[in-house]
Amino acid sequence: MARISGVDIPDHKRGEIGLTYIFGLGKSTAQKILDQAGISRDKKVKDWTDEESNKVRSIIAENFKVEGVLKSEIQLSIKRLLDIGCYRGLRHRRGLPVRGQHTKNNSRTRKGKRKTVANKKKAVK
Amino acid sequence: MGRSLKKGPYIDYRLDNKVQAINESGKKSVIKTWSRRSMISPDFVGHTFAVHNGNKFIPVYVTENMVGHKFGEFAPTRNFRGHISKKDKGKR
Repeated sequence: MARISGVDIPDHKRGEIGLTYIFGLGKSTAQKILDQAGISRDKKVKDWTDEESNKVRSIIAENFKVEGVLKSEIQLSIKRLLDIGCYRGLRHRRGLPVRGQHTKNNSRTRKGKRKTVANKKKAVK
Repeated sequence: MGRSLKKGPYIDYRLDNKVQAINESGKKSVIKTWSRRSMISPDFVGHTFAVHNGNKFIPVYVTENMVGHKFGEFAPTRNFRGHISKKDKGKR
């Protein structure tokens, strides 16, 4: 079991995929890290030597913001938008899409589960 | 897509002139502006602007965090108070 930057324990997967279990690392950054560390992208995480996993750890620590640090940074920038009272901040506050999408339909990711309005009758002919 | 860096930030030159005049005179006064598209530059910090929202002027006190945003972002043009409930229908 490899433990890299905190809680993450990717195991029987190829290194390239295993690293993406860390918040803040996607496939392309994972590939960059492995290439820099000189580890084959196809090598499974369980086959890494201690030296190799240490190398990966140090590369991540030096170059990338991951997990808690990244999450808090995101929260801080959202908070900044809320505090200055700009349009994007207002949208965050209301839980509506921030980037100008339409809200007549969809945008359920931001709005959450549908809240049905009671007694909404259809138009009478 | 963002604006080309080569051009620098867009600020209405009239607004910029007004701010500079105020900065030089050292007086503080509210600056009325219709220029919602202007970027807030670091020189504007500490002034109060009255930004037009199409209906009236919304006072915006510029703080350091606002630099880089545009004036329009701080003066909402729509005012959504929620849908009308059945009871209220016809009253308006």
